[in-house]
Order: sequence, then C-alpha cells, then structure tokens
Amino acid sequence: MKAFTRLDGRAAPLELANIDTDQIIPKQFLKTVEREGLAKGLFYDFRFDADGNPIDDFVLNRPEYKGASVLVAGDNFGCGSSREHAPWALMDFGIMCVISTSFADIFFNNCFNNGLLPVIVKPEELAALMDEAKGGNHMVSVDLATQTVVSPSGKTFTFEIDPVRKEKMLKGLDAIGETLQHGGDIDVFESKRAISQPWMEA
Amino acid sequence: MRGAMTRSAKTLYDKIWDAHVVNEQDGEAILYIDLHLIHEVTTPQAFAGLRAAGRKVRRPDRTLAVADHNIPTEGQALGVDAVADEEARLQLKTLARNVADNGIEFFPMGDIRNGIVHVVGPEQGRTQPGMTIVCGDSHTSTHGAFGALAHGIGTSEVEHVLATQTLRQKKARNMLVRVDGQLGPGVTGKDIALAVIGEIGTAGGTGYVIEFAGQAVRELSMEGRMTLCNLTIEGGAKAGLVAPDEKTFDYILGKPAAPKGAAWDMAVSHWKTFFTDDDAVFDRTIVIDGAALVPMVTWGTSPEDVVPVTGNVPDPESFATPDKRAAAHRALDYMGLTAGQPISDAKIDRVFIGSCTNSRIEDMRAAAAVVQEAFLHGRMVAPHVKAMVVPGSGLVKEQAESEGLDAIFKASGFDWREPGCSMCLAMNPDKLAPQERCASTSNRNFEGRQGRAGRTHLVSPAMAAAAAIAGHLVDVRTLLS
Ligand code: SF4
Repeated sequence: MKAFTRLDGRAAPLELANIDTDQIIPKQFLKTVEREGLAKGLFYDFRFDADGNPIDDFVLNRPEYKGASVLVAGDNFGCGSSREHAPWALMDFGIMCVISTSFADIFFNNCFNNGLLPVIVKPEELAALMDEAKGGNHMVSVDLATQTVVSPSGKTFTFEIDPVRKEKMLKGLDAIGETLQHGGDIDVFESKRAISQPWMEA
Repeated sequence: MRGAMTRSAKTLYDKIWDAHVVNEQDGEAILYIDLHLIHEVTTPQAFAGLRAAGRKVRRPDRTLAVADHNIPTEGQALGVDAVADEEARLQLKTLARNVADNGIEFFPMGDIRNGIVHVVGPEQGRTQPGMTIVCGDSHTSTHGAFGALAHGIGTSEVEHVLATQTLRQKKARNMLVRVDGQLGPGVTGKDIALAVIGEIGTAGGTGYVIEFAGQAVRELSMEGRMTLCNLTIEGGAKAGLVAPDEKTFDYILGKPAAPKGAAWDMAVSHWKTFFTDDDAVFDRTIVIDGAALVPMVTWGTSPEDVVPVTGNVPDPESFATPDKRAAAHRALDYMGLTAGQPISDAKIDRVFIGSCTNSRIEDMRAAAAVVQEAFLHGRMVAPHVKAMVVPGSGLVKEQAESEGLDAIFKASGFDWREPGCSMCLAMNPDKLAPQERCASTSNRNFEGRQGRAGRTHLVSPAMAAAAAIAGHLVDVRTLLS
C-alpha cells in the first residue's frame, strides 16, 4: 500500500450527498482483471454524455480543476457497492484525498487499504471548504501527521482519525504481511475450534 | 462486590464477535472468518496479489465460488466460450483458473447449483448461525438472516481473507430495530426494509450492526428475513442480524452442507447460544409499528427516497441541507417525476423480478400468485410493458418450474430467464434503455444502476408483478381486491 503523509493540491468541489460507487465507477468498468487504468471510467456518467463527449461544466472537466488531487464531496460519500474499483479509479485519476462529512463503511475501509485518505470534517467546515473550492483559489493542504486541512484562504481545520489506521497509512504498511505474523494465533484458534465445532471441519 | 461475579449482558453481535477474535490490539481485532464467498468480479486482483506475493489460500475448504455478476441469463448451457462479452468471458475464465489452482469449490455458470452468491450460500447450507461470513459484495449482509455476522468487503480484504482466513476489524456499535405487531396483507420483508431505510436514511446505520427483532420479524419466513438483512447495507449499516430460531434450523436441515447425524444435534445446541441477552443494552433503538406499514416504493435515486405506494413524490425544498436538496432536485429530474404527484401515477416500461434481494422461491411464489389472480380476471402483462423474471439460482428455477410457476409467468407475458444477477446491476446484456422506467425487486435505484439513464423504482415482488399488469406503479392490495 502507498503511504500518505502530506498533500498540497487542488480541491474540486462536488456538492452532492450520497454519491455512490456506481457513480464513482460504473459497472462497465468492473469487467477488468487489473487494478490499473480505471481513471477512464471515473465519474463516467458525470464526465461524458451519452455519445461519449465530455460534459464541459462538470467540475473535473473544467480547466481550473485539472490535476485536482483532493475531492470535497457531500455527505455519505461512497455508499453502495463494495467495489474497490472506486478508490482505484480515484487514485488512478490522481485524487489522493476525499473530504466529506461522512463516508460509507466499505468504501472507507477500501481507502485505507490503498493509501487514499478519507477526511471527515464537520458540516460547517465542509460548507466552508466547498465554498472556497468553488472560488478562484482552490489549493488546499492536507497533513496526516498533524491531522489538519488548510483551506485556500488559510483556515485550518483539524480532523479525527483512528490512531491505528493513521499509523499504517503514514507508513504504508502491508496488512497481510502483518497479520501473517500472527499465524501462530490463527493456528491455535483453528485447532481449538476443530475440537469444539467439529462439523465445521467436515 | 457483585460486579465481578455477574456476567455482563451481551447482544447477539457481541457474542458472535467474541467467538471469533483471534487477537486484539489497540481496539483492532483479527477476526476469524468461517465462510468466504467469492465471485468473478471482485476477486481477480486479489488472486493476482496472492500470486505476486507467493502466498497461498489458507482455507480453500472454507471458501465457495460462483459466477453470477456478469453472466448472461440466456444460453448458459452453451458455456463460457459462448458468452458474447469478451471482458466478461475473461473474468469468468480467470475465476475458473484461480479456483482450480487453489482447490476451491466452484459452481460454474450452467451448474444447477450456481446462482447469485447470496442465494447459493444459504441454499447449500453453507450459511449457518453464529458464523462470520464475508464476500466481495456489499449484499453479503443477507446471510445475517441466519444469525451470522456477514458483511461485504473490498478486494484488498478478499486477498487478506484468502491469505489469512481472518479480517482486521474494529467493533461496530449495536442498534436494535424492533418491528412490532403483525404485517398486513401485501406487506413484506421488503417493505419493512424500505421503511427502515426511509426512517434512518442511507447513512443512518453507518458504524452499526443492526439486529432486527419484534413480532413482525419473528413471523417472517427465512426468505423474508434474508430480504430484510440484504437491504441493511442500503441503510449504511455494517451488517444486519436476526437471532436464529426453529425456523432457521428447519431451513438448514437437510441442505447439502448442513451438519448430519450427531453433528447436527451438536451444531443446533451451539447455534442456540446465539441470542441477545434480555438485559443487553443497545447504543440505539428504533421501534416501528409493523401493523401500520403499507407497501413501499422508491421515488428517487437513493434507497432512502421512499414513499408509501399511497403517497406523493416529495418536494425537494422540504429537505434539510443544501446537499440533500441538490440531490433531491437532481433525482426528480433524473427520474422524470414532479414534486407532489401521486407515485402510483408513474407509468412503467419494464419490470424486473430478481436479484439477491428477491429471487428466492418464496419471492417467485408471491409474484406468481398476483399474476395468476390477475390472469383469472382476464388480465395479463400490460401491452407496453416488458417484464422479466430471473430466479436466483438453478435450484430456485428448478423448484419454481416443478410448481408450474414458470408457466404462470409465461402465460401472462413474462420472460422466464436463467439465474444470475442480471438487471440488478446490468453488467450483462439485461439493461434498461435511457429513460425507461422499471419496477424492480432489486436493491439499488442509483443513477445508471440498471442501465444508463434508466429509472428504477424499488418494490416487493408482489408489487412488481402488480405493476407489470397495471402498467404503472400500483398498490398491490387494490389490484387484488
Ligand atoms: S443481485 Fe445485485 S446486489 Fe445481489 S449480488 Fe448480484 S449484483 Fe450484487
């Protein structure tokens, strides 16, 4: 997994609640056996019309947000399908951080497994960030170590994050490798269970 | 002090959790996984990751694979080589190779045991009370109907479970949803679920595991409980649970993977330990009057956008926050509806009866009963409506056919298909054309979910069947009276 420490970049405002993973990456892009190359499908139905032409006024198609690495989005971002293609597509597009007032659970987990930072702020802070991101200057700084977001005008917001997740994200740790260090505990668990619930081993 | 002597009261979720903790550090547990269900769409990258790291599948015997998401619902007997979509074919072949390389049991397309992953697990008796069950699919919550802790995971987590048979988890909070009273005629598990989501919102369950209890839930069949738990994810919850009871055990008894002989008795006494203690405390409790519920239907593009079928489309300006108002305006525009119009005025073009939410034998029977009743009154599928029924598995299809349900559907003008996810997510050739309006028994009415610019109204199987005949959304109770 990629480490996330600090990010200075353009923030793109997407003021809609309940953006689901079907919208982030529609199903026709799920027929891949690869993790890479999903940027082309990101927000496909927002970015392109039925004939495949770019929709000019969609935020990520506007020249001033070209290269945006932070997305500021409405409440309950990432709800719906469990597809990890959603964070893969965001990252492939260059978005490394999403700021919202809440995230759906599976999407939230998937972010941490890939090094995409989901930042939860208060509703009034989101409103402020959204407004500033819509303005002329939309450069923000996100610092994981200090748990802060600095808005384009210089306002600083702090955010909460689970300490275990923060640590792993900062170091970019491999979760499987870590769990396998507890292989002995898993062996013990399985042998106990083989005795107490033998039908599970049949 | 008595405190140390008293056993602290636990919820069903607490008990399942405690029974599966392998190790716990800083509030993060390594949780043992009893059953891992896999399918073609969310696993190729996980197996590739394992191969790249030189890792093996730890418990192939605790893993079960099906092909469901992208398979066609016609011509399955022709095999994978005949699947027209090249990318779908590659995914199906990749799955076949991965399961063969790792010794995992697999029901390929065309096998009578194949079907939608959340229909197959219970049908095979693989899903059992007190288990932890995961799958790279959000509707894994379905299996909670058996009192199993079941939830969807991402592909990185699929790889983690394949390699370690465990998952790193933080414990969620406990929510109780109690549905009191007796459901009225024409009101189903689907309607309870939609009413709950309408009440708490799609983010209302975030961070919680929901246990469903109360008379109306106890009286649901196993199929009804599966529909209810299936939709918990649409309320944002981690998982849904119903405590196992005699109905649960009866359902499992005799299924291919159910314990047999002496092991059965041992298993049942183990399963009976999974219930919420009387004095257990929930972090949040919601009480719903089941007797007051009516059939529900969605009007917008989020499952929380529900109204009783007797109600009207709401005014977007009535929503509390700017992002919700913006979403509601966008939804009405997308759905081609006007604020204030009776929802039952919405004329439909398509009907889809299927998906892991509502494609089990009881769902087939409920829809067929409405269709047959209408047929006896000389009514068939409305001429402008295209309607399809997609059974959840080969075994459901076989059972339905042995009861003559397929004949009832076909005689009235429904298309009777082969099993799979089909138009629930429209990854296969079954999809809505732009602006087509569909009464669907599936679980998501998101923009584009059933086809680009398609308009989905979520309803129960009986309501979908009624809509097919009326040609518009309709209260199934009036159609039958
Ligand atoms: S039927 Fe729909 S929701 Fe269920 S597993 Fe298939 S795609 Fe997912």
